[in-house]
Formats: sequence, C-alpha cells, structure tokens
Amino acid sequence: MTRIRPTFRRLVASTAAAGMLVLAACSTPTSPDSPAGGATLVVATSDEPDALNPVLNFGVDGAALIFDGLVARDSDNRLVPALATALPTVSPDGRTVTATLRDGVQFHDGATLSAADVAFTYQAVLDPKVDSTLRSDLDMVESVTAPDATTVVFRLRYPYAPFLQRLTLGIVPSKLLSGQDINTTGFNRKPIGTGPYKVESWTPGDRLVLTANERYFGGRPANNRVVVAFVADDNVRAQRMRAGEFDAAELPPKLASGFDSDTAYRVQRVPTADYRGVMLPMGNPVLADPAVRRALNLAVDRAAMVSGILGGAGEPAFGPVPPTSEFADPSTVGTPTADATAASALLDAAGWKPGSGGVRAKDGRPARFTLMYPATDTLRKDLALAVTADAKKIGIEVTPAGLTWDAIDPRMKSDALLMGYGTPYDPDFVSYKLFSSQFAGQGYFNPGSYRSEVTDRALQEGRDQIDPALRKAAYAQFQKQLATDVPWLFLTYLRHTYVLKSSVQGTAPRVEAHEHGVANSIWWNINTWTRS
Amino acid sequence: MTRSGRLAGAGAVVRRRLLVAVPVLAATSIGMFALGAASPVDPAKQYAGAAAFTASEENLAQIRANWGVDDPLPVQYLRWIGNLVQGDLGWSTSRHEPVASVLSARAGWTLLLIGVALALALVGSLLLGSLAAYRRGGLFDRALRTAAYAVQSMPVFWLGLAAIAVFALALGWFPAGGLTDVTATSTSWADVAHHLILPVGVLAVSQAPWFVLFVRDAVAESMRDDHVLAARARGLPGRTVLFGHALRTALLPFLTLVGTHLPELVGGAVLVETVFSLPGLGAVTVAAALGSDFPLLAAITLVTTAVVLAANLTTDLAYAAADPRVRLDG
Repeated sequence: MTRIRPTFRRLVASTAAAGMLVLAACSTPTSPDSPAGGATLVVATSDEPDALNPVLNFGVDGAALIFDGLVARDSDNRLVPALATALPTVSPDGRTVTATLRDGVQFHDGATLSAADVAFTYQAVLDPKVDSTLRSDLDMVESVTAPDATTVVFRLRYPYAPFLQRLTLGIVPSKLLSGQDINTTGFNRKPIGTGPYKVESWTPGDRLVLTANERYFGGRPANNRVVVAFVADDNVRAQRMRAGEFDAAELPPKLASGFDSDTAYRVQRVPTADYRGVMLPMGNPVLADPAVRRALNLAVDRAAMVSGILGGAGEPAFGPVPPTSEFADPSTVGTPTADATAASALLDAAGWKPGSGGVRAKDGRPARFTLMYPATDTLRKDLALAVTADAKKIGIEVTPAGLTWDAIDPRMKSDALLMGYGTPYDPDFVSYKLFSSQFAGQGYFNPGSYRSEVTDRALQEGRDQIDPALRKAAYAQFQKQLATDVPWLFLTYLRHTYVLKSSVQGTAPRVEAHEHGVANSIWWNINTWTRS
Repeated sequence: MTRSGRLAGAGAVVRRRLLVAVPVLAATSIGMFALGAASPVDPAKQYAGAAAFTASEENLAQIRANWGVDDPLPVQYLRWIGNLVQGDLGWSTSRHEPVASVLSARAGWTLLLIGVALALALVGSLLLGSLAAYRRGGLFDRALRTAAYAVQSMPVFWLGLAAIAVFALALGWFPAGGLTDVTATSTSWADVAHHLILPVGVLAVSQAPWFVLFVRDAVAESMRDDHVLAARARGLPGRTVLFGHALRTALLPFLTLVGTHLPELVGGAVLVETVFSLPGLGAVTVAAALGSDFPLLAAITLVTTAVVLAANLTTDLAYAAADPRVRLDG
C-alpha cells in the first residue's frame, strides 16, 4: 500500500501536468529543455535496425550518427575525408589503397582510434563466421592491414574503381570486440563509436536515444539529444506527427501531402536512386522477342504512374543510373508518356498480328505473360496493374500475380517480375551484378539471364578504369545498350517524403539510396540542425 | 461444506495436470518445428532484409551454415531441447538477441496490458451486464446492447486509431503512442501509466462486449431462478438480490468464458501494441513468424501454451471454489 500511494499521487500529478503542458503548448510552442547546446530533436521512422553494428549492416553507406567511416559524403554525395585525413590514395595498379587516419579521434568511451580498429572492422566483415550480408559487397578485398597506428592498407584482388565508395563503413573499436562473437555481442545493442552521437539507450520497438558526443572530431553537435522513435505503422506515424511529437518523420507520399497546406509543417520530397521496374526474363518465349520488349517500353505511361500512383513523388525512369548521377546518359531518356501507336507499329512489323480477344499472336503463340510482384508491396502492385493496363492497349495480355518471395523465386527465369533497386553512389554498385551475363540466373542477380557482350564489356570497363572520363564513356555505352535491348522496363524513380516542423532549420536533403532509416535519411546531418 | 473441503483434491489435480502438461508442451514444440520445416521461408533471406537482394548466394549460404538451419529437423530439434534443458532458449534470428532477453524485455509490458485490460473488462462487464439485466428491456439495457454490438463489429485497430484521433489529437488528453514520452530521460511509472491509459482502455472496450452480453443474459436468466425469486419475495433490497443472489449463480459459466477468451485477448493485444507503438511481444511475434525465427516462435508458443494450461487449471480450481457441487477429485 505504502508503495502504491505515492505512485498514484504522481500519476494524478503527471496527468494534470500533462494537461497543463497541452494547454501551454497551444499558446507558446517552447521546448521545455534547452540548456547550453540546444534542444532534443525527435525523428520517427518505420525502419528499425536489427543491430547497431556497422559490421552487421548498420549504416554502411555512412551518416550512421553513432559511427564514422574513413570517408563520408557531403550534401552532393561527394566523398569527403572523415576519419581519414584525406581521401585514401590508390596505387597505379589499382590494387593497393592506403588511408592515413586523423590524429586524436576518440571513441565514445575515451579510447583513441587507431588503424588496428579500421583493420579489425573490415576483417570482421570478411570473417565467414560473422553473419554479415555486407561481405558480398567487399568481394574484392584480399587483406586489410595496419602497418602503423595511423596507416591502413587495403590490398585488392582486382582493381576496383569505385572502392573508395565502400569506405563509408563505420569503424568499431577492436578492443571491445576482438575475441567476442560479433553476431551475439552486447555491443550490437549498446555500441561505442566515434560519431557525433553516443547511444544512451535503445528500447527495441520503441525508441533509440542518442546524446551529443562532446569530443566529436567534427565539432560538438548543435543538439544535446536526438531521439529516433520507431513507429512501424504509417497511419500511426502520421497521427503522432500531427500530434506534435516529432520534429521530422518519414511518411508515404499520400499521407505526407496531408501536411502540405499546414504552415506549421514542411514537406520534403527527396530525390532518390531507388527505382522500380519490370525484369523481363529471356526464358519467356514471348518476352524473348526484343520487339515485344521495346514495344512494352514505348507503351508504358510513366508520367501517369508518377502522378497517379506516386502522387507526384517520383520521376520517370529510363535506366538504372539515376538522372541525378554524373554518369547518367541523357540520350537514353525517352518520353514519359505512352506512345501506343509507335509500339503497335513495332509489333506489327515484327509479325505480332492482332488476334482473337484483342490479344496479338505470332506463329500461333498469343502475346501474353505473367507479371509477378511481392503481394505485400502495394506500390509494386499498383505499378504492375498500370503496366497490365498499358500493355492491353497494344494487344499484349499481362496477368498480374501477387505472390510471396518464396513463390516468386523459382519462377523468375520465365515470368516477369516487378523489382526495385538503386544506389546513387556508383553505377557499378548493383548494376554490375544485375546486368552482366556472368551472374545470369544467380538468385536475384540477373534472374532473367540477360546476356549482352557489349553490356558485359562496358560494365567491366567501368569497374577496371580509374579515369573518370573513361568510366563515364563506359557507362554511357552500358545505358545505351540497355535502352536497345530492354532487359528491364524501367518505370519510376521514387522520392522519399518527409514531414518536418517548420521550425527545424539546417536540413540539406541529398539523393538517397533505397536503404534509409536511422542512418542515411534526411536527418543524415541532424548534428547541425537547429530550431528557430 | 467448508472451503478447504471443496479444494481437497486440488493437490492431486495440480500434479495430474502438470504430468499432462509435459507431453502437451513437447507436442506443441515438435509441431512448431515441423511447421518450420514445411515453411518455404528462407530465414537467411529474412535476416538479410533488403540486403538479400544484393548479397550473393554464397554469402547467404554461409549465414545458413553458421546457424545450422540446413541441418535435418530432428537434429535441430534435439539441439534446441538440449539447450532448453540447460536453460538456454536460444538466439532470436529476427531480433538479434537471446530469446530469453527478448521475452524478459517485452513480456512484462504485454502481461501488464492484458492483465489490466482484462481486469477492467471483467469488472466493467459484470457491473454493466448486471445492471442491464435488472431492468431487462429498459432504456439502459437497450443502449448497452446496441453499444456492445457496435463495438463488437469494430476492428480493434480501427478502434485504436479512432481513440488516438479523439483523445490524443482532438482533445490532447493522452499521448498517441509509445511507452514513455519520446523525450523522457527515464522510465517513470507515472509516465508509463499515462501512456497506457488509451491502449488499455481500447483493449478493454474491444474485449468487453462478449462479457457484457454474456453477463447480461446469464443474470437475466438467473433473475427468474427460484432462489432469486424467493429472495425478492422476502423483501431483500434490489442491490442485494442482484449482486448477492442473481450474479453469484450467473458467475459460474462466466469463469469458463474468461478461460476460453484468453487467446482472443492476446490477439487483440498484438493489434493494440502495433497501433500504439508499444514494445510488447505482439510485434516481435509477428516479425518472428514472418521471418521464420523458430527459436523465438518456439519460446513464445511454449510460454503461451503454459499460460493457457495454467489458466485452464485456475479456472477449474476457481470453479470448484465457487460451486459446492463441483468436485475436483471426481
């Protein structure tokens, strides 16, 4: 009894206090805690990490708030030195990469960063005992060594032009992790890094509380605390944003547009490299005909998909290199609207004659195929239905099929599939595995077994050549060849939509990758945000 | 007959039930593993999430080998049982932490939510149901029944979103979600209680119609029983007749109803936890099922089975305590 009473009294008091706070908030929106460095910022996302460890895939593209890589990216996604004093140097043969570390960088526990920590981090990723899905991306690394306390040397199996882009991976302290099972260590829940924020607490399913790292080498963050709230449901997140709980939240385009008319909020639609398209398998007898693929490419109405399905939060896509990339080839950009006349002419010329029920046929084979999409993904479902409707107009019958990935996997060789990929950092990423013939039929890499010598050569050239001009030429050729062969129907690039309170200052949206959550969202530079 | 006499056979019953519980738990866990083997879901791909699309087959195969998920089913089962006997519930592949710590961090909140909501629903429905039965066909009775049917037809998540819209957004009385204030520096009970009022209320209200309608019918029925009529004829006050005589006889089947209604309550809690962003077992159970996280699923299934068995036992014991005609040793 004695224990219950004060608690109850506190409950009453807090309920009353909360009521008053609400009243106060109506008149003067002041933050209750604003000591020396500034207030607490609260951001909300649906995407909760499984483990806060870069080795296990947390924030590998940098901007991980808790960690720093050897390099980082600025607001234009250009590489800038972070833990390294300058961008690492590459030897003339392209197989040795050397980085020099900044002096006096400290981990959150006060230990000094050394080259051994960097070597340990990369070695941990490459260790087969560690359950890291990042290993596929670091295939080219033969060894990582630390000849002295400030020098790290990467030895590569083959020259890999975009290697520096892989050095954004956050560095973990080897002293705390060596000899431990990295898959299960408590570090994954309460990590120690060098980044602008320290982890104060993480309640999975609820929130991650970060506090400013006073000793951050890039300068003390402008905010004392950052809270990342994990709210999986989109509607709930929108309602809590509306209730004023968050300073910034990621919301789907349609929910975000509800905040457009309210001056207390600002909606940011951030361009991404995240594309959606239809993978057209060469193993399908109808889709094996290039005329059918090119006709479909002309028949899809990308402008209607962007305005109708994405609510304007996107761009038409014509290839896997986003228009914001310096490697994008403008000559491969088509018309965003459908051209059914040209598409029909193509099919007529290729011998696909109109047949019964409006479905074309050639040599007795009707022009029909199945288009699979993951059933739980409503965006892909909407796009699949739009493709179906557009194809019907030129006499191609598409049967959309919403399935689970387990049902999709065995059918990818012969049935079309709505897929999504994309990273803004380098055209080699993803595309090399998605379109070169050596990966034909390997899981989700090139499942449709697209084979083109020109594409293979261009992709290899882009990877081997260090000279940016040569790389650019190689990727221009790659994009042209894809536009000719049409192994995919590229449909749209998405925009990630965020709602922010108008009072939040200092945002600098940059082109985002598909993966974004705690790390790499619009709050990538939250350590410099302020409130007006 | 004295109360202790009524529960005379309790010890034997508990022992017998415990003996039955062992094969039931074993069968449940074997069933779990068999389902897991039949599931086409690849746990390594689930673990990788979006990275599954950029990771090589080789990379994923290595992870599967590290976990031993490709081992034959009996091997996996025996390994799991062996660890269980040593008190190790295993490693949750979807949560990336020991199963024991997932359960210990989250089960408390779910139990708190379910416990308080159940208590609230029971007390509320006993009171309201009895009052409705007292003046059967009256205005209150009709209003209550209409409300009960209306609530019964509303999905829990809808009820939750509506409650947020009214009490959190429009009126601003309660927070819209979470366990503590998002900017709170520590977990204080007052803060948690303030955050739990809405979810507990929604869960209780959503579960109440069943109970309310049942109590109302049962009490209305027993209002016509001989002993109740006799009590009325003796001129006892209405309240005494209603709660002392009619409700008491109506209570017996109600106990069984509560026991069988538990799984429904757990299902409602999963949805409420999702709507109110509460870090309970609900969300992790869904994630574990979708991600083929068998160590976690098996543990949750075992705990749930144990809770249901315990609830059944408690119901039977309570039955015996409440009704002198029921014999435990019979």
